[in-house]
Amino acid sequence: MPFKPVLLWTDLLLWLLVAGTAIYVWYCYRRPHLAAPWGRVFQSRTAIASTVVLAAFVGMTLADSLHFRPRIGSGSEGAAQYSNEVLSVLDVAFAYLRERRERTYSAPLATRLYAKDQIESSTGAPTRDYPKLTYGGAHLQDESAHGRDIALRAGLGASLAVAAAFLLSLLRRRLSRWRPNVPWSAGLWTFAVLLLLTVPLLVLSTGYHVFGTDKVGQDVFYQSLKSIRTALVIATLSTVTMLPFGVLFGIVAGYFRGWIDDVIQYLYTTLNSIPGVLLIAAAVLMMQVYIDTHPQLFPTAADRADVRLLLLCIILGVTSWTGLTRLLRGETLKLSQLEYIQAAHAFGVSSARILGRHILPNVAHIVIITLVMDFSGLVLAEAVLSYVGVGVDPATISFGTMINAARLEMGREPIVWWSLAAAFAFMLVLVLAANLLADAVRDGFDPRVRVGSVPV
Amino acid sequence: MLAYIVRRVLYAILILIGVNLITFVLFFFVNSPDDMARMQLGAKYVTPDALQKWKADHGYDKPLLWNSKASGPGKATETIFYEKSLRLFAFDFGAAEDGRNIGNEIRTRMGPSLALQIPVFVVALCVNITFALFLAFFRATYLDFWGVVLCVAMMSISTLFYIIGGQYLISKVWHLFPISGYAGGLDAWRFVLLPVIIGVVSSFGSSARLYRTLFLEEYSKDYVRTARAKGLAERVVMFRHVLQNAMIPILTGVVAAIPFLFMGALLSESFFGIPGLGSYTIDAIQAQDFAVVRSMVFLGAVLYIIGLLLTDISYTLVDPRVRFD
Repeated sequence: MPFKPVLLWTDLLLWLLVAGTAIYVWYCYRRPHLAAPWGRVFQSRTAIASTVVLAAFVGMTLADSLHFRPRIGSGSEGAAQYSNEVLSVLDVAFAYLRERRERTYSAPLATRLYAKDQIESSTGAPTRDYPKLTYGGAHLQDESAHGRDIALRAGLGASLAVAAAFLLSLLRRRLSRWRPNVPWSAGLWTFAVLLLLTVPLLVLSTGYHVFGTDKVGQDVFYQSLKSIRTALVIATLSTVTMLPFGVLFGIVAGYFRGWIDDVIQYLYTTLNSIPGVLLIAAAVLMMQVYIDTHPQLFPTAADRADVRLLLLCIILGVTSWTGLTRLLRGETLKLSQLEYIQAAHAFGVSSARILGRHILPNVAHIVIITLVMDFSGLVLAEAVLSYVGVGVDPATISFGTMINAARLEMGREPIVWWSLAAAFAFMLVLVLAANLLADAVRDGFDPRVRVGSVPV
Repeated sequence: MLAYIVRRVLYAILILIGVNLITFVLFFFVNSPDDMARMQLGAKYVTPDALQKWKADHGYDKPLLWNSKASGPGKATETIFYEKSLRLFAFDFGAAEDGRNIGNEIRTRMGPSLALQIPVFVVALCVNITFALFLAFFRATYLDFWGVVLCVAMMSISTLFYIIGGQYLISKVWHLFPISGYAGGLDAWRFVLLPVIIGVVSSFGSSARLYRTLFLEEYSKDYVRTARAKGLAERVVMFRHVLQNAMIPILTGVVAAIPFLFMGALLSESFFGIPGLGSYTIDAIQAQDFAVVRSMVFLGAVLYIIGLLLTDISYTLVDPRVRFD
């Protein structure tokens, strides 16, 4: 086999999450009462637009979650030998970005390095000038054609994007016939804008470093693409680890009341009373000590970085289940007073069955709202935690590590701004889309909004 | 009321004990003191002697919970649990990695933290409430719509970017304020002004939007319609009725945050070099100084509980419907 598949922990959980989401969608699709709130959500234009943007990010994440180790030759007994480097499908697709390393900083679309250095001129005498980049703009015969080449490539990309968007717009009528209530044009417009932004970037990236290079000469565009996975893993897996605690404790406390309620309330007040950053920092410090003192457990650097990412998700999840628990406890307290629950009691239905069949489906909207609302906060939290030094492994590419590295270079003259700008743009788009979708989901699911508004 | 407060205080002590146990388990059971010593000494210098010396210097050479070698009450007191955890209750924080007394550090660093945090708190509260009320007054117009868009866009930007961008634009390009540093006394304002502006801006999006929701909720209630039906001016409806009633959830939420002002702002303090508790915490985390982190966890928990207590009391003060049970 030319490669050996590697299943990292976060990959496994991400794919399980994808499977779980697929099952949930299928389940909702066949039940009109579960599909109704989602139908309301997707009547909003912002929801469609932000879903398109998020889908692009999710696509990147999943492409970056199929890992393998490439084969580098055969060993002595004919057994295949595999590289120690763990690559993903995304790495292969963007291999040209990953492998083209410059010496150090270079500005976006530049053909020369950021700093002057000793170079040999054509006559052989050493002069101080900006050295040419090894890869960026290397295809140019004549450097004066630089601007024209960029315009040409951007134009080519833009026309490709327009053509693709035009082809897609032919779908609109068919989509409208399938679901007339959904504002498909908003989604298609967003997609067209997305294409118009990304396709020229991709075309340009074949010849240049579109967002420049960082201190060790790595392409910033590639780093931004890799950061997406880290951000999404943290945002999704943290909420997934929080979910079982939050839901179970919340409904059990609200339903049984008495000493069980007291214990659970005590538990979450205690956890809540430790400031979040400090609790996370304390737990991450302890995790770091553990990882450093047990190196034998982690065969490759990728394994170690991955376990650290997973543990960070778990820590974030364990420290943030309290909000959901409190909401669910309150709602369950209210629900268990209602007649239908009393009736179930009178019929002798067991508590477990009441919780599973009657309470859980009726608090599901709170769970869904909380899940989407927490998403954007976790993406932002990653950056802050990495700055504080308790975030992802320093070797993992993430928005936090990008900002952290770029921050130290703010004092340079002229300023090195491109890493920060790239991280800023990517994060803003991701978090904004998540926030807008969260708003739409809340409006669609919250029963208080539903009263007297859209007829179902 | 007194009985109620006494009960809350007793509960608070119970919670503090819980916090103490959590930190103890986290810091001493997940990793042994040996692991910590190895971490602090660095891989090169780990010898059994050095390990023992580090542990003795930092008081980690005792048993965790029960010292069977000691005599009398020493069996319980000459242990890590007693010396490192129980003493926190007396606000005896011990010494940091560099040998300085943590309690003293906290006392001297509280001033700069408050000098930064109190203006942020007051200004942000006024700005956010004014803006939210403005949006609520123009509800369901384009002004309201774009105001909310502004809020959502602003809350989608990481605080790090506000700080870095502000520092770069205002201090480096326009040279209006010093980039970082601090001076005691009244000179502090020059150093604090920029962090205050940034603190206000970064809290703006989410708070203003939240307050707008609270105002709108109040606007949709029946008594507002009644007030209008009586012929009250919109100005009176807004300030006398809506604002006053919406202030209940706003104030009680805000009161819980007051004690945390002591903890300082983690990010701004470390970016702007303000010697407050926030930068102290960050430095301790980055230097892996467990004693300081442990103390700050405990301090934070105490402040949180004071906040809870204040919230409960303020509820009963501003909302006459709430009774002690």
